[in-house]
Amino acid sequence: MLKRAKALFAVALTALVGASSVGQAAEVSTRQLNMPQGVTEVSQAAYDIHMLMMWVCVVIGAAVFGFMIYVMFAHRKSRGVKPANFHEHVGVELAWTIVPALILIVIAFPATNALLKVYDASEAEMDIKITGYQWKWQYEYLGEDVRFMSSLRTSQDEIYGREEKGEHYLREVDNPLVIPADTKVRFLLTGNDVIHSWWVPDLGVKKDALPGIFTEAWAKTSEVGVYVGECAELCGKDHAFMPIVVEVKPKEEFNAWLAEQKAAAAEYASTIGKAWSMDELMERGEQVYLTNCAGCHGVDGLGIPGVFPPMVGSEVTMGPIEKHIDVLVNGVQGTAMQAFAAQLSEVDIAAVVTYERNAWGNDVGDMAQPIDVLNHKNGQ
Amino acid sequence: MAHGPAKGIGRWLFTTNHKDIGTLYLWFSFAMFLLGGFFAMVIRAELFQPGMQLIRPEFFNQMTTMHGVIMVFGAIMPAFVGLANWMIPLMIGAPDMALPRMNNLSFWILPFAFLTLASTLFMEGGAPNFGWTFYAPLSTKYAPESVNYFIFSMHIMGASSIMGSINIIATIMNMRAPGMTYMKMPLFVWTWLITAFLLVAVMPVLAGAVTMMLMDINFGTSFFDAAGGGDPVLFQHIFWFFGHPEVYIIILPAFGVVSAIIPAFSRKPLFGYASMVYATAAIAFLSFIVWAHHMFTVGMPIAGELYFMYATMLIAVPTGVKVFNWVTTMYKGALTFETPMLFCIAFVILFTFGGFTGLMLSVAAADIQYHDSYFVVAHFHYVMVAGAVFSGTAAVYYWLPKWCGKMYNETMGQVQFWIAFIGFNITFMPQHFLGLAGMPRRYADYGLQFADWNMVSSIGAFMYGAAQLLFLYNVIATIRNGKPVSDNKVWEGAEGLEWEVPTPAPYHTFATPPQIK
Ligand code: HEC
Ligand SMILES: [Cu+2]
Ligand SMILES: [Cu+2]
Repeated sequence: MLKRAKALFAVALTALVGASSVGQAAEVSTRQLNMPQGVTEVSQAAYDIHMLMMWVCVVIGAAVFGFMIYVMFAHRKSRGVKPANFHEHVGVELAWTIVPALILIVIAFPATNALLKVYDASEAEMDIKITGYQWKWQYEYLGEDVRFMSSLRTSQDEIYGREEKGEHYLREVDNPLVIPADTKVRFLLTGNDVIHSWWVPDLGVKKDALPGIFTEAWAKTSEVGVYVGECAELCGKDHAFMPIVVEVKPKEEFNAWLAEQKAAAAEYASTIGKAWSMDELMERGEQVYLTNCAGCHGVDGLGIPGVFPPMVGSEVTMGPIEKHIDVLVNGVQGTAMQAFAAQLSEVDIAAVVTYERNAWGNDVGDMAQPIDVLNHKNGQ
Repeated sequence: MAHGPAKGIGRWLFTTNHKDIGTLYLWFSFAMFLLGGFFAMVIRAELFQPGMQLIRPEFFNQMTTMHGVIMVFGAIMPAFVGLANWMIPLMIGAPDMALPRMNNLSFWILPFAFLTLASTLFMEGGAPNFGWTFYAPLSTKYAPESVNYFIFSMHIMGASSIMGSINIIATIMNMRAPGMTYMKMPLFVWTWLITAFLLVAVMPVLAGAVTMMLMDINFGTSFFDAAGGGDPVLFQHIFWFFGHPEVYIIILPAFGVVSAIIPAFSRKPLFGYASMVYATAAIAFLSFIVWAHHMFTVGMPIAGELYFMYATMLIAVPTGVKVFNWVTTMYKGALTFETPMLFCIAFVILFTFGGFTGLMLSVAAADIQYHDSYFVVAHFHYVMVAGAVFSGTAAVYYWLPKWCGKMYNETMGQVQFWIAFIGFNITFMPQHFLGLAGMPRRYADYGLQFADWNMVSSIGAFMYGAAQLLFLYNVIATIRNGKPVSDNKVWEGAEGLEWEVPTPAPYHTFATPPQIK
């Protein structure tokens, strides 16, 4: 009976929602009403127990509200009824205490089983460390030497309505997380600053990323595709602007992708000694600044009074360059100014330092080279 | 003995009269309700469309925080304290509250708490922006300067609540008229007695949490900082050990109100009085042992997770008992549908709906999808707004004639009800869909897939907001030039001592205790 009702509901829902939203991030409906079934065992388990609970509630609700509505029609004073005077009945009162308790005990079994599934991160074939930053994610393939940041790609112009919003508005990042299909992937989550929460509904994963603590979650799916998620824990100003995009690739494609990443990292290491020109640094620096710094210090470098200091005319950006590099590499302890050493490459740090010193009329005139940043790191 | 109120502003500043203080609480809470409601309108206006149109994300976060804090601590809690002040002495046949001077103090520190809080909006760095749950380290290491003022005002609110509850407990235990045994007390008195104990138990825990924050921020401790040997999850445990009972602190007095009004308009005694009392006590007890159901995604060990899931599911049992009792009270009554009754029936339906989503949320495996999404926002607005606020509104309409001796305009009351009821559902029903489809709460902006329901929700919110202005107008119009009523018993089916004193209730009542049959 429940199965049939479920099937019926599913049909009704598909009719309402149109095609199911699984798969390409592009085909999302604006009228989705229900939790997605998702593409993993865990998301399916969450969906099933959600539907079960919903139907239990619908049935009880229909009975209670139906009875209420009947009473409101049948026992109105305007129909000339005389009120009864009864005010207790031990049998009935016991019944409506015991019966719900029994229903709950029955529900507890599937609820427990579903939770056991959520928690079973054992025997993972691959570990990915996920770190929440204000306001982006870092993914690190443990044991593979591959690590990158993943930030929002939607432009400020789209957000502030100066430009038409694209179809992937707030659902796009520069570097998506890539995972292989048919592989049990374990996520190890932590936070760099405040608490974030990594939520991808289609994977059935939502886990807090807590500073100084590790939590774990897992996913395994055979459905190749792109899945979009969000940060679910309030983490400050740009909480709504740090989406998650996960690309599930077939195993061979994934391996090729991973090899490419490693090669890029190796090539980068070999060029670190190269001297960059002012123009190159400024151009790259602007990009780095806009993705990583503008959220706090503003596109125009003016910051937010009382919260994030301006970069224009600041003692650090106009002062000795060593101090400036140091602020980037180590951050400022106990403030929202995070250490960027683990997030940005030496080239990027050199570029953004140079940019800050020479943009918005700061015009200090000097520049930082990647090797200076490396030396600063090593000199500690 | 028979002196009336003092003249001028001094009457309100120095009053120790429970009716005056009740009135002060009620007006104050309504002012806060409008302020918190205004912040909600700002939020819904920004969320009307995707993209940032009116405000900046950092200000959006200040709005959600101030909306939550002001509604919980400034609007709903003081409103029920106001009702307690007015009604408890009248219901138990006492001449006043047990500790009238403290009563004055516990009210008059409140405006300062909220002035302090509101002033943070004008400070450099802005108002608190870390949500009403103020999780560390967002509220400590990463907080604006104004967090210190926030902590200070939390302390004052806490002190006010504790004093208020001590007063209520002392009054109920010592001031009942002869013959008014515990099991003869109206349910509103019972629910407040239990609520007051909850308050005395958990407000100090909140005070502890904010004090630890204060230490972490200013004195170099690391209670909530893992780098210093502390634990950010500890904050959540402490907060929710306060926070979960807090939601029952808000809803139990509402249960009391509904248990007074439904029998009155059903013209039939409350069904299952004794089981109502036991269910209230059971809910209060359970409220202490379920807090971590707000933390199913922090990575608790599975044993803890299972325990908190089972314990939470249990709450459905006593809550169900209450709902069944109310419905059975209506069964075979002679129902009429004046404004207070309409709000109470809506309460039963919508609160039960919120209870259902609460039961769904208790299932941890599904909660990993619901948690921190709009599904949760919808859930708690069903229990807080359709629960606490609807019952508060019902209470005002029900007792207003007794308070001021004038009848409100029934048509206008019903118009307000229908706008509020429809507006409420248009606002919050779609938020269930948004949450299930994946929209997290406290989002200043969202992807295009959430656009439709957000727009619907905002339209509903403006409607609901408008209903409150109508409410304000209706109350003022009643006090100014409502039709005078003089019957002691304003409502045909109303029962209880408060209906035995003259209408409007004189400044001093029950100087000699009434006889209880
Ligand atoms: C999460 C917000 C945030 C982000 C993102 C951020 N900063 Fe900061 N930054 C701050 C805060 C807060 C301070 C002030 C720290 C203090 O109190 O000394 C600061 C200080 C600085 C200072 C020192 C300014 C002074 O006058 O003391 C520099 C330079 C700086 N940031 C550069 C950057 C650069 C470059 C980036 C991007 C790579 C960046 N910041 C990203 C929040 C941020
Ligand atoms: Cu976030
Ligand atoms: Cu709770």
